[in-house]
Amino acid sequence: MIDKAKQSVAKVKKVAKQQFKAPAPIVPPANLSSKALIVVVIIMSFLACLTLGFVTLIQETSKTWQNQISEEITIQIKPEEGRDMEIALLDAKSLALEFSGTLSAEIVDKTDTARLLEPWLGEGFNMDELPVPRLLIITIDKDNPPDFDSMRKTLAETIPNAYLDDHRTWVGRLVSMAQNTVFIGVGLLSLVLVATTLTVVFATRGAMSVNHEIIEVLHFVGAESSFVANEFQKHFLLTGFYGGAIGGGLAAFVFFITDIWQGASMATALNDQASALFGSFSMGPAGYLGIAIIIVTVAILTALTTRITVIKTIREIDIVRSDPARSDLA
Amino acid sequence: MIRLENVGVRYGMGPEILRDLTFDIPKHSFQFLTGPSGAGKTTLMRLLFMSLRPTRGNISMFGRDVVDIPRDELPLLRRRIGIVFQDFRLLNHLTTYENVALPLRVRGKEESSYRADVVELLEWVGLGERIHVRPQVLSGGEKQRIAIARALIDRPEILLADEPTGNVDPPMALRLLSLFKELNRLGTAVLIATHDLNLMEQVDARHMILSEGHIDIYDR
Repeated sequence: MIDKAKQSVAKVKKVAKQQFKAPAPIVPPANLSSKALIVVVIIMSFLACLTLGFVTLIQETSKTWQNQISEEITIQIKPEEGRDMEIALLDAKSLALEFSGTLSAEIVDKTDTARLLEPWLGEGFNMDELPVPRLLIITIDKDNPPDFDSMRKTLAETIPNAYLDDHRTWVGRLVSMAQNTVFIGVGLLSLVLVATTLTVVFATRGAMSVNHEIIEVLHFVGAESSFVANEFQKHFLLTGFYGGAIGGGLAAFVFFITDIWQGASMATALNDQASALFGSFSMGPAGYLGIAIIIVTVAILTALTTRITVIKTIREIDIVRSDPARSDLA
Repeated sequence: MIRLENVGVRYGMGPEILRDLTFDIPKHSFQFLTGPSGAGKTTLMRLLFMSLRPTRGNISMFGRDVVDIPRDELPLLRRRIGIVFQDFRLLNHLTTYENVALPLRVRGKEESSYRADVVELLEWVGLGERIHVRPQVLSGGEKQRIAIARALIDRPEILLADEPTGNVDPPMALRLLSLFKELNRLGTAVLIATHDLNLMEQVDARHMILSEGHIDIYDR
């Protein structure tokens, strides 16, 4: 009889051993609340990364504007009866290059001039039928610029219809505009980051509310607070990282696709306008670093909120312990 | 091992649920706690499990006054107590085996070190064939046996069981009682809260009867 019982126990042990897998995690896998948390994290990370990308883009573009404009001056020559425009442009070019501080000069040819005017005049207009001014772009040494007043005076004496634009007024306005744009962008980014923080914190607390009973059981079977907090923190760190990576990845993908589109539609009027305003949509290392920081921050935020919620729940269980009247907390 | 002196409990400004309780639970002892519904059995069990503090009087657990025990030390002391909750409190995402092994897992023990013990205990409570099943598909009686196995798995110094045979048939109730007796023989003090008078007659043990907040103790 005893032998039979022993055999039965041995059989059950053998069967059990064969079927054993790694124990399930103490924190339950994704339920409805944690799925909702992932969606919230994805959306907020996407918005935060997108905003960060745009702010980086505007900052980079404004820097490029300032650099480009301060490195260049323009001579504009208006058409005049009896004056050969091409000769006037060549004269202006050699005159400008004689000044110390000028590095190179490039005449904007008829085709490029027509392209510049395309957004206003449309395609296929005849340049010769219209009194269109022509441009000469001169690259200067930013650190050792030429004497603009002297150049202006010489030009007026040699080519009366020529006008020198050193872009100083433009640079001043652009610097101010760029600073304002970046300031607004940083403000928007701050708002989005605050909204992301609050949304992630509240969504995490919502997802954790269904785990109250699990925390209580773990606490009552002898788990220390740090053990319970670590188990939940590990789970929600991964959840936050997963959601953040998807959201951040989507934002990077949007910039990547826009960059591809920009490359494919090069030399069209729409692209020229977009490029003039925003520069290239390709993300630089700073942009990708920013996205990585947002993903990690969201994951840490989720984990930290979880830890605080677990410790608060255990504290509430203990408050009930010390004050039976507070059973409403349990 | 546990000593109560003039213990009283009230919730908020309400009447006292328990009044002037003075008794002790010695090591290796076996006792039943009974009384009508609403007499305060579950509240008393909570006091003994340190999930509630008395509003007056003193409770000494394992030689220490519960009021002086810091919060961080509570889990370590609770590891010396096995508890069977009336509502089982099983984790639905874990299997029978994982629920029973939970106290050992939270103590940081290696799974390979306790697997055979858990399987053997589950066989003892008649759940040898239900090892990999989750609680949702188990009957009330089966859940109750899991809760009992979970309370016993780490051989506690005292077992507190709130209606541990409330959902099982008489033969299984007797089988569980024999498990409690065996545990007691091995040195664990046992306190069973129950309404089942037939069960109480099966063991020559101390009877503690709660009525209107007072306790009467009949030693045998």
